[in-house]
Amino acid sequence: MSDATDFLYPFIEADERDTGALLLDLGESARSKVRTSAALRQATLARSTSVIDTAAEAMSERFARGGRLFVFGNGGSSTDAASLAALFLQPPWGQPLPARALVDDSAVLTAIGNDVGFDLVFSRQLIAHAAEADIAIGLSTSGNSRNLLYAFEEASGRGLLTIGIAGYSGGEMARSPHVQHCLLVDDDSVHRIQETQAALGFALWSEVQSRRSANDPARRSGDDDVG
Amino acid sequence: MADTGDCLAVTALNLARRFGQRATMWCLAPQWPEHARHVAVEFVHPVVVGKRALPAVSIDAADPVAALRALVRAGDVILVMSRSDEPAVRAVVRRAVAWGATTIWMGCGPRPPAGAADHIVWADDDGDDPHGSAVHDGRLVLLYHVLWELTHVCFEHPGLLTAVGDAECLDGDVCVTCSDEGRVGEVIDTDGAGSTVVRTSRGIETIDTTIVDVVAPGDLVLIHAGAAIAEVP
Repeated sequence: MSDATDFLYPFIEADERDTGALLLDLGESARSKVRTSAALRQATLARSTSVIDTAAEAMSERFARGGRLFVFGNGGSSTDAASLAALFLQPPWGQPLPARALVDDSAVLTAIGNDVGFDLVFSRQLIAHAAEADIAIGLSTSGNSRNLLYAFEEASGRGLLTIGIAGYSGGEMARSPHVQHCLLVDDDSVHRIQETQAALGFALWSEVQSRRSANDPARRSGDDDVG
Repeated sequence: MADTGDCLAVTALNLARRFGQRATMWCLAPQWPEHARHVAVEFVHPVVVGKRALPAVSIDAADPVAALRALVRAGDVILVMSRSDEPAVRAVVRRAVAWGATTIWMGCGPRPPAGAADHIVWADDDGDDPHGSAVHDGRLVLLYHVLWELTHVCFEHPGLLTAVGDAECLDGDVCVTCSDEGRVGEVIDTDGAGSTVVRTSRGIETIDTTIVDVVAPGDLVLIHAGAAIAEVP
């Protein structure tokens, strides 16, 4: 291509040679995304205070009764579910609580998926494991994953505490009568939603931990009624 | 010092170039395996319709060094996510140069020393995060989400994917760190009499090890002109 006509084709990227300009753009883009993510996290946490408090109170009551936490999700949300379960089970501080994700065992997932269908991969596990005092938390960016909706229905029918963490406007999860507490990240980027969903899970965990330390007899020095 | 945004930019460009050369990205997070799986699914099955699927794999082996030694090919990328004192990760990144792999180290808490990996991308915690909350509250996820996003931006600039930057170390003829000034090799086998088979970024070589102490498989040595001149601690 001649120089004389290059101005007609400003986006012939195959001829692009200015790495420095691209790196400047990428760096600014990264900083912008980091700022956007932080702002969404702060706004969502501020807006969700009362739901977090209510849900954490209900979770604390379940854990005090010997309840266990089951967490589930699909794709990236399955890993966020595993991360949330690990936070409760092996916390950076505070007391370990019984929690696990229903996404880790490929034998169970493929057996149920192959034999009865992927829609039932979580609900079928709840049928096997769940008891009345337990807690179910499902993460979905769309709020419309069928296997989560079935799992919430199963959990609700068995008396579990049910908490949904969704994105966009919450989809079917926000409307489901089987989801008692629903935390929403009102955004339309799957990545930004997932980042703030993790922050919501962390806030839930922090609230549950602070309630446990407040109720821990060993920490209530000066309280004669203990024991 | 470059900020997190600049680190992500340089890392993304190098990663896109590696993928352009048919690299696989191996993801290891011994203490947080779910994060390694999250990275793999981001690249293999993108959330944005139309973005190309890229080969990323999470490694959850009991002995990640042995697994990666067998899996990694020269030109691949190893992404590790951990605190800076994680022994398995330190063992992987220090020998990755002998495997010819580019290393990316993401984490939180105290930073690894400069040069511990080709790219170090650390959660910006202002030093007030002794418990590593970034692992759980979305800030680590943010780092690899942005890495994925920027990597795909780079694919829109094919003319820049073939350029050779100063972080490129595959071609021993142009890069002093990979030239015969002193290359790192990992011992595969030794006859005990000074003839030793090693793996370097160029492949399998037989070198002379008579001037270093006894070496064993897995040891790292510095090679100059066909001989080991020092052990790499």
